[in-house]
Amino acid sequence: MNVVLEQIFQVGFLAAIIRIATPLAFATLGEMFCERAGVLNLGIEGIMLLSAMTGFTATSLSGSLWLGVLAALLTGVLMGALHAVFTVALGLSQHVCGIGVTLFSSGLAYFLYRLIFGQQSVPPSIKGFQTVPIPVLSDIPVLGPAVFNQFALVYMAILAIPLAAFVLYRTPWGLSVRMVGENPRAADSAGVSVIATRFQAVILGGALMGLAGAFLSMAQFNAFTFGVVSGRGWVAIALVVFGRWDPWRSAGAALLFAFVDALQLRMQASGLGHIPYEAFLMLPFIFTIVAMAVMSRNAVAPSALLKPFRREER
Amino acid sequence: MFRLEVRTSTPAWFNLALPLLAVAATLILCSGLIALAGAGVFESYGVMFTASLGDSYAITETLVRAAPMIFTGLAVAVAFRAKFWNIGGEGQLLAGAVASCFVGAIPMPGALAMLLMAVVGAAAGAAVALVPATLRVKFKVDDVVSSLLLNSVIYYALMALIEGPWKDSFSGYPISPPIEDLANFPVLIEGTRLHLGVVVALLAAPLIWFLIARTTLGFRIRVTGENPEAARYGGIHVERVLISTALLSGALAGLAGVGEVGGVHFQVMSDLSPGYGYSGIVVAMLARLNPLGVVPAAIFLAAVMTGAEAMSRATGVPAFLSDVIQGTALLAMLVALLFTAYRIRRVGAAS
Repeated sequence: MNVVLEQIFQVGFLAAIIRIATPLAFATLGEMFCERAGVLNLGIEGIMLLSAMTGFTATSLSGSLWLGVLAALLTGVLMGALHAVFTVALGLSQHVCGIGVTLFSSGLAYFLYRLIFGQQSVPPSIKGFQTVPIPVLSDIPVLGPAVFNQFALVYMAILAIPLAAFVLYRTPWGLSVRMVGENPRAADSAGVSVIATRFQAVILGGALMGLAGAFLSMAQFNAFTFGVVSGRGWVAIALVVFGRWDPWRSAGAALLFAFVDALQLRMQASGLGHIPYEAFLMLPFIFTIVAMAVMSRNAVAPSALLKPFRREER
Repeated sequence: MFRLEVRTSTPAWFNLALPLLAVAATLILCSGLIALAGAGVFESYGVMFTASLGDSYAITETLVRAAPMIFTGLAVAVAFRAKFWNIGGEGQLLAGAVASCFVGAIPMPGALAMLLMAVVGAAAGAAVALVPATLRVKFKVDDVVSSLLLNSVIYYALMALIEGPWKDSFSGYPISPPIEDLANFPVLIEGTRLHLGVVVALLAAPLIWFLIARTTLGFRIRVTGENPEAARYGGIHVERVLISTALLSGALAGLAGVGEVGGVHFQVMSDLSPGYGYSGIVVAMLARLNPLGVVPAAIFLAAVMTGAEAMSRATGVPAFLSDVIQGTALLAMLVALLFTAYRIRRVGAAS
C-alpha cells in the first residue's frame, strides 16, 4: 500500500493537479463574473469548445502560440457578447439561451474544424506551450517544480484569481457588478447602467472561458478533438455554486476538483482500480447538488440571477 | 419612427408563423456556412431535403430519428409549461435506456419484455427528474443547475456500468450486453428500421396534448406555470403539481431512451444519444411548448440530421452543419418569440 501511495504522491502529482485546475480556474472565474452580474451562462461548454478550436487553428495556421491565445480570447469575447445580446439586451430566458449558445458554438466548432482540417486518421497537432521555470521560485523543493515550472497560461490563471477578487471587491466596477446581480433596481436608481454592466461582465466572463479553451487545445492536449472540453464547462457551473460565487472559494473548488481528478488518474495508472474512475468524476456534481441543498438556507446566490432587467417594468 | 409596444394577446397564427420564421432565418443564416464550404446553397439544402423526406425509405429513417426527440421534446414542453426548468432530459433519457436494457436482457416473452422495458425505463427517467423537483420544492434549490448537473452524474454512472460490470469480456469494448432478441421492438415496414416505438412516440404527442389541454392535471400544470400565486390562492397544491410534472417529464424523457435501446441499438453504449435530451429543448421551443407542435418540430430536426449526412457525402459540406442549424434554430426561435411579447408600431414623426 505504501508503495502505491508513494507512486501517487510525487512532485508530478502536484504539477498534474495544477494543470488540471488551470482551465477550470479560468472557466470558473468566467462563469462567476457572469453570475455575479445576474446572468447564468450555460453557453460556457460551447464557448470553451469553440475557443479551443479557434485557438488551435490560429496557432496551427500562423505558427504563433500567442496569436492562438488571442484568437481564443476574442472568440470568448464574441460569444459572451452574443449571450449578452440575447439575455441582457433582449431579456430572453437565460437557461434556454445558454443551451442555444452551447449548441450553436459546439456545432460551429465541429463544422469549421472539419472544414479547415478535413477528416484525418491522425488528428493534426501543434507544438504547444512549453513549461517556463521561474528563476529562484522553481528551486523551492517539491512546490517549486510543481507550481513554478509550468506553462505561461498556468501563471496567468494563478494571477487571475487575486486579480478577479480585487476587481470584484475593490473596484467601482466590481461594486457595480455585484449591485446589478443583487438588486438591479437599486443599481439603476444609483445611476449604474444595469445593461452596460451586465454586458461587460458577461463579455469578461466569455474572455476567461476563451482562455480556458485555449489552455485545453494549446497546452494540455496540443490538438483539438471533439471531446477536448468533455463536460469541463458543466464542471465550472458546479464549481461556481460550490465556491459560493466567490473568486477565492471558486478557485479553491477548482483545485479540490483537480486533486480528486488527478488522484483518480493516478489510481487508474497504478492499477488500484477497485473503484471505477467514473465514480470520482461523478463526485463534484453530486457534491454540488448536495451543497446546493444544504446552502439554500442561507441564500448566497446573486438575488437577481436568471432575472432579466427591463427598466420600464416595475 | 417605430416604437415597441407591449402586446396583451397574440393571434393564433403566430403559433405557426413564428417557428416557420425562425426556421427560415436559420436556413438563411446557415447558408453562409455552406457557401464558405464552397458548395451550392440550393443544391446542398436540396440534397438535405430529398435524403430525409424525398422518398418513403428516407421518411422512415427520419421518423426513427425523430422518435427520441418527440419524447424529449414532450418532456421539455410539459416541464416548461409548469415553469419546472428541466434541462436534465439527457440524463433522464440515459437512465431510461440503462434501465430498459437491464430488463430487456432478462429472458421472457417478447410482449411482456417490451412492456416492462417501457415501464421500468419511464420509471427510471421519472426517478431522475424527481431529484431536481424535490430539491426545488423542499430546499428551494435552482432546478436549472441541479437538473443540468444530474446529466453528468447519470452519464458517468452509465460509463461506469459499461466500462465495469457490463463490459464486453470478449471484445473489451465498453458496450452493454445486447437485449434479448424477443425484446427487440418489431419492425413495422419490412426493409426499414421503422419500429413500434416510433408509433408510440407519434401517439404520445396527442395524448400529452389532451392531458395538458383537457384534464385537471393539465389545468393545474398550466396555472402553476403561468401564475403560481393565483394557483395557490385557487387551492392548487403547487408543490405537488411540480412533483407530478417532473415525474411526467422524466418518464417521457426516459421513454426516449427505451425506444433507442428497444428499437435502434438493442444495447447501451457511450454515444447512445447524440444529445437528444438537449435537442428536446430546441424541439419544445420551436413547438411553442404545444405537444402537438412537438411532432413537426422533431421531424424537422431529424430531417436536418439525416439530411446533413447525405449532403456531406454529395457536396463535401461537413455534416456538422446540422448541429449549427440546431443551435441557430433555438436562438432564432427565442428572438422570434419576442414578437409575442412586443409589437412594432409605426408612430407619427410628431410624437
